[in-house]
Order: sequence, then C-alpha cells, then structure tokens
Amino acid sequence: MFEQSIILSAIRDAIDWVLGLVGQDISILPLPVQVVLCGLIAAGGLMGAIAFAVLIYVWMERRIAGRMQARRGPNRVGPYGLLQTVADTFKLLRKEDIIPTGANRILFAFAPMLVLAGVVAAFAAIPISWDADKGEPIMIADIDLGIFLITAIVATEVIGVIMAGWASNNKWSLYGAMREAAQVVSYEIPLGLSLLVPVLIVGDLSLGAATEDQLGGNWLIWRNPFMWAVFFIFYVAGLANCKRAPFDLPEAESELVAGFHTEYSGLRFSFFFMEEYASMTLISAIGAIYFFGAGDLFGLQGSSSLIMFGVLLFKILVSIFVMMWIRWTLPRLRIDQVMTLGYKVLTPIAFFLLLGVTVWDLYDLNDKLWELFSRS
Amino acid sequence: MTAAHIAFAAFALITVVSAFVVASHRSIVHSAFGLFFTFFGVAGLYLTLGADFVMAAQILIYVGGIMVLLLFGVMLTPSRRSDFVPARFLRALTLGAIVLVGLLWVLKNAHWATQELASPESTIDEIGRQLLTREQYLLPFEVVSVLLLAALIGAAYLARRRKIVD
Amino acid sequence: MDGIPIHFYLGVSALLFFLGLVTILARRNLVYILLGVELILNAASLNFVTFSRYGGNLDGQIVSIFVIILAAAEAAVALAIVLNIYNVFKNVDVDTPSELKN
Repeated sequence: MFEQSIILSAIRDAIDWVLGLVGQDISILPLPVQVVLCGLIAAGGLMGAIAFAVLIYVWMERRIAGRMQARRGPNRVGPYGLLQTVADTFKLLRKEDIIPTGANRILFAFAPMLVLAGVVAAFAAIPISWDADKGEPIMIADIDLGIFLITAIVATEVIGVIMAGWASNNKWSLYGAMREAAQVVSYEIPLGLSLLVPVLIVGDLSLGAATEDQLGGNWLIWRNPFMWAVFFIFYVAGLANCKRAPFDLPEAESELVAGFHTEYSGLRFSFFFMEEYASMTLISAIGAIYFFGAGDLFGLQGSSSLIMFGVLLFKILVSIFVMMWIRWTLPRLRIDQVMTLGYKVLTPIAFFLLLGVTVWDLYDLNDKLWELFSRS
Repeated sequence: MTAAHIAFAAFALITVVSAFVVASHRSIVHSAFGLFFTFFGVAGLYLTLGADFVMAAQILIYVGGIMVLLLFGVMLTPSRRSDFVPARFLRALTLGAIVLVGLLWVLKNAHWATQELASPESTIDEIGRQLLTREQYLLPFEVVSVLLLAALIGAAYLARRRKIVD
Repeated sequence: MDGIPIHFYLGVSALLFFLGLVTILARRNLVYILLGVELILNAASLNFVTFSRYGGNLDGQIVSIFVIILAAAEAAVALAIVLNIYNVFKNVDVDTPSELKN
C-alpha cells in the first residue's frame, strides 16, 4: 500500500545527495522524519507547480478573453503582457488581510486552506508520465485506490466552501456557498458514473494502470462507440464541479456580488482563485489520462518520459483552452436549469452509457463486429 | 516510537478532541464542523489499520455526502436560543461516564485473542471479491442497494414541496 | 499494527461512543441528536475495522462499509423528517412532536 514511487525515491536520493555534501547520508534521519520530509518536499513542489501554472492560466485566460471579445488583453508589462500576472500577484500579496467584524475568525481563516488542500492533495495520485525502463508510472503516490481516492478528497472542497460562506457572516456568501454545495453534490453523480466507464474498461482504479493500458495509440476513446458521449458527460459534469462558466452560479457576480468569497481579500482570496484553476487542471488531467491516452502520441513519443510529460501537458492545455473558450462564449445558466441538466439529462444518460459499455464489453462486440465486417 | 505510533496518536487526538467539540460546543454550526474533523480523524485511524478502501469510502460518503446533508439541516432549521444547558450537560456527562467506565472495564479485563493480518496489502480486490461472492456478502449487498433506493425515494417524498392548503 | 495494542483503538472507539452518548443525552435539538448518532456509528465501525485488522480477516471491514452506507440512508431520511417537523412547528425540539398525540 505504501510502496515508494519514483518521485518519492528521487526526492529521497536528492536529500541523500545534499546530506552527502556535509559528509553524512540519509540514514542519520529516523524513518518517520524521512517519510515526513519527503512528503513535505513533494507537497511543496506540487503547490509551487500549481501556483506557477495559475500564473500562466490567468495570462492565458485574459489574452483569450481579449481575443474572443474583441478587446485588449494584458500587453504592457513584459513581452505579450506575460509579466502582468506576476505584477498582479505582488499586488494581491501586499493587500491588507481583512477579516470582517462578526465573522468567525477561526473558520474564516481555515476555509481557504481546506478548499485548496483538497484539490492539491488529489494531484498526488495523478501520474505525470511513464517510465519505460522501470515499467511504472511517474507519480507521487501510486495508490491502488487511484480515482476513488481522488473523488473522495475532492469532495472535501464543498465543506470548505460552506465553511467560508458561513464564517463570512454575509448573506451573499452563504447563498453562494449553498448553491455551490447543491451544484457540486448533484454533479458528482454524473461525474462518478462517467468515470466508472474507463475504470471498467481498464479494470483498475489506479490512473497509472490507465496510462499503461493506452500506450501505443490504444486510447480509451477509440475502444467503443459510447466513449465520446461518456467523455462529453464527464467534461460537462467536470465543468460544473469546478464552478466554471456556464456553471459559475456560486460566484455569479451580477446576483451575489462574488459568491462565497465576497469577504475575502489578499492571500486568502488568491487561495480560492488558485483552487478554481487547480481543479480545472485536475479535471483536464483526468480527462486526458482516462480518455485520450495520457502522455501517449500513438507511440511516436518513443520511450522518453520527458516527451510523454510534454504531450500530457499539451493535452491538458488544450482542454483548459476549451474551458476558457466555453466561459467566454456561453452565458450563465439559471439554478433550475443547472439542476435539471444534472438530474434529468446527464445522470440518466450516464446510466445508460454505463450499461451500454458493460454489455459491449461483456459480449466482446468489438471482435464480433470486426469478424462480421471482414467476412462480408 | 515508530511512524505508526505517531500517526495513531495524531489521528486519535484529532478524533477525540473534535468529538468533544461536537458534544460540548454552544453553537450547532461549530458542532457540525467539529464532526467534519472527527470523520477525518476516524478515516486516518482506518488508514493506520490498513483499511484503505474503508478510509476512502468514509471520506467520500461521510464528508462529501452526510456532512453536506447535515450542514444543510443545520442551516435550514435555525433556532434562536442555544441548546446548551450546563446542568443537563453535566447530567449527561455523568451518565455517559458510567457507561464509559463499564466499557473500559470490559476493555481491560476481556481476553482479546489477536492475530494480525499478514501484511498491509491493498484490500480492494479482496473486498470486491467478497461483496460479489454468493456464499459471502452478495445478498446483503443487493439488499442494501434496494434499501438505499427505498430511502432515497422516501426522503424525496418527505422533503417535497407541498401545495399550500388552507 | 506495528506494535500498537488493540486496546488503544478500542479505547478511542469507547471515547467516541461516550461523546456520542453525551451529545444525544444533553441536547434537545433533533439535528444535534443526529450528530450524536453519527458519532456512535463511527465508533461502531471503528471497532469493526479494528477487529478485522486484529482478527485476521476482512469481514469487519465489509460490515463497516455497510454501516457507512446505512448511515447515508439514515441521515437522508432523518433530515427529511426533521425538515418536515421544522416546517410544521418552527422548531426542532425532540419534545414538540408529542403535540401530535391524540
């Protein structure tokens, strides 16, 4: 259950090397300290990577919005305005940290961390590449629970949002939080059902196994005729789970000021901001790994794990671009439309698709149809 | 002191302290958020016991489902005065303490025949097999699914919006 | 596991049960009683998982999965009832529904 992954053992070797500079080695540290140290470094690296990615995403989002709505994006600070988000980050960090009177101080301070921690922790079970020599995925924790654990951990985010909404002592915040809770809990059903299909085909909950299964162009999206529909449901439910437009009701500016993070400023606000982009990345990464072959490019990528990582990154960026495209194109839905779509459209369709895939797989229809086709 | 000891101590502390907050806090919202940490602590204890699947199920269902339901329940039924009456709390504490002493007495004096599971392997495969084997847990598994459906329909029926009749 | 005696886990579970019992006994609010019930259910399933670990088979874990599932069903139905009571009486005291007698 706790066997060491490639990333963790690399971190362990790195610590060993650093200690070697002062003439020691890692065995002077007791085992619990080693485990906690490796975990902390991995978590810090993950956090840093996400923070860096958010800088890029924000720039991307504004440039794309500018292009799509025929207005100007950031173009003054640095080449193509690339340094604009860096400047914005400094502005955000220097802002006063306001806790409103009447707010519950402990829960108010704790909520942003809880919200972000859930999403960041989920990345530990995402494989970023494939090591062809060792024949195992490169990820922080290759746990057998895989996608089940990811959905479980991401579910804690809802509690953080309700906590933020309630602790702010502001009715708009609370409205936003309740909307969020209702929306996310409803869309977890189609999301979970659509994720069950790839799990069923791969036969393993771990995302690392899915990566291995699709090497050489054998992507899950080609496996049977239902997969595109399954992916569509996954993508829509995922959008709703990240609270992205057109499902951004929890923070609908025109109705609720800014939803559950109305009262937040400075660093705490940036946590909510990072959470949104982190969960977009998470959904995109799961989509790329479970439907579009992870780091695989029809076997053309060879056995280099760096190129596979690049290919996966490219797929994630394409998916994020589509999310931004949707945001700047479609208007926001009403809350009853959101609920109708979740319960009366996506959930039943997801059920039937799951049934269809099961039957397809059970009777091996791929092979039978192929036989029929080649005989005639 | 091994890593397992430290992990157990940390999770046990989280569990018991937050459960105490649930039992003793004046505000029901705080108690509900305390329960959230209890669920997490118990999930951590499951992990130290090598029950990874139960841990994930605990987080998914308790935190993602039941906790949200309870918070909705708390926020939809506001009551003006606090429910915390010190005298009643002390009485409950005394009565509970008697039960606790009894439990601890049993715990101390019973003979626990323990034999540990061989190695902390992942339990998903075996749990899945047992749940779907006819001689083992297939019937309870199916019955529970029917029960869940019945509970779902019942809850939806009870909570539906009624036409105002006057 | 790794030299933690079974008594530690059972002790934590006994404490959880005790706190759940106190919550149920000390409060009048129906939602509070639900919170107490959840604590007691957690204590019970912690016991099951502990025995599964120290007893050398997985039966306890499966029972605790059933406990978790049933807790979900229980919470849904109980909250629906509580909301109905609140709609009728505008409070959620355990004693108010006794007005329904006769």
